[in-house]
Amino acid sequence: MTPAAISPVGIRFENIDKRYGGLYALRRVSLEIAAGECVVLAGRNGSGKTTLLRIAARLVRPSSGSITFLDKKNGAITAASQTGFVAHATMVYDELTAEENLLLFAELLGIAEPAARTETLLAEVGLTDRRKSLVRTFSRGMRQRMAISRALLNEPSVLLLDEPATGLDPQGMSWLAGSLRQMRDAGRTVLMSLHGESEISALATRAVRLEAGSVIADTQTGASLPSILTFAGA
Amino acid sequence: MSLFSNTAVLLGKELRTEFRSRELLTTTVVFILVVVVLFSFTFDASSAESRRFAASLLWLAFLFAASLMLQPCFLREQSNDTLSALRLSVKDPFAIFAAKLSANTLFLLLTELLMLPVFSVLFNVPVFPVFGQLVVVLFLGSLGVSIAGTALSAISAQARMRELLLPLLLLPLLTPVLVASTRVTLALLDAEPYMEWKGIGFLIVFDVVFLTALWLFGEYLLEE
Repeated sequence: MTPAAISPVGIRFENIDKRYGGLYALRRVSLEIAAGECVVLAGRNGSGKTTLLRIAARLVRPSSGSITFLDKKNGAITAASQTGFVAHATMVYDELTAEENLLLFAELLGIAEPAARTETLLAEVGLTDRRKSLVRTFSRGMRQRMAISRALLNEPSVLLLDEPATGLDPQGMSWLAGSLRQMRDAGRTVLMSLHGESEISALATRAVRLEAGSVIADTQTGASLPSILTFAGA
Repeated sequence: MSLFSNTAVLLGKELRTEFRSRELLTTTVVFILVVVVLFSFTFDASSAESRRFAASLLWLAFLFAASLMLQPCFLREQSNDTLSALRLSVKDPFAIFAAKLSANTLFLLLTELLMLPVFSVLFNVPVFPVFGQLVVVLFLGSLGVSIAGTALSAISAQARMRELLLPLLLLPLLTPVLVASTRVTLALLDAEPYMEWKGIGFLIVFDVVFLTALWLFGEYLLEE
């Protein structure tokens, strides 16, 4: 995968609260992620990782607090349209072909040459020969490739990934790790949630651990990364 | 401009997926056919009674068809979280509603048009002399049903007991549209057919008001 030149963008979460009725999914979360950082969110199920990522993607509105995207070059606040989001689910249509899916989202995003962009991305994720196949006939690994190529359509500066390694076999995991490495090296800011140590977690430059909706650990060092990821049954 | 282009792209997707699977149209046509045939057994087709009750039975059958057709409208977007992908891709969230309600109106209208000849034969009611006027009523009625139904489908898709919630919310909300549509259809199926302009006016007002409300507040219905 050969990422295009991108403008580095950082994310600032300020006192984010998210309540569902009386239940706090996130409680006063403040985080500053520098442009180009590769950050892993760790924590048990229900600790708030998905909620934080969906808030960053602007899919969920926080109950209070704010989120800002900062352009490293000119220090300005940038649009959320510079984010690409990969969720638990594939976010593509099973009843459409790989090509139709990417074309659909490329056209909605207003990409200048949607057909060319679709072709490029399908080649990059190795699905060119299956471009006319319905997504419902794809394996889990191929679906994940589709999910990632959809998230990269608008060449985002910030990539948000919610447990991207779920269901991947070792081959798929290596492909994902390689792709993420290239994206990180190209200057993209990567924020992803993971369970435990893997080839993918080794790419992280920083790990943040959430517990019951609050940040309980935040480390920049590679040495303490494994302990944060595996801490208390993550 | 992006609203129209996004709507056109999404409408294309809705039509492509439906005509590829034909799940919704086949189920609804079969269902409505059974309903119309069952209703026809309760009347003597040669009597004036048939003409009197046919309009209300026709719209009742269309309402059943609509509730069946509208249920999966947003539910289908949940299995792969494609609604989130759409929300992240469109500039104006109303494009999602505009495409879905246009597709629902088209599917409903197609089902109704397929059913009209069957209805005409079974109930011994001549529909072809007033076919043009009937299409106008069917379009305005179906549009009203689709606008309200699409909005409620978005709400119910996120709720528990969603299968029960949609018909429960839909029926009271659609009562005014059904009453107006039935009255106009009744007038058109009369021995001396005439256009009930008051009913047509009401349907236009209903459609405009609900469409405006959806345009203004639709975004909130899509939020998690």
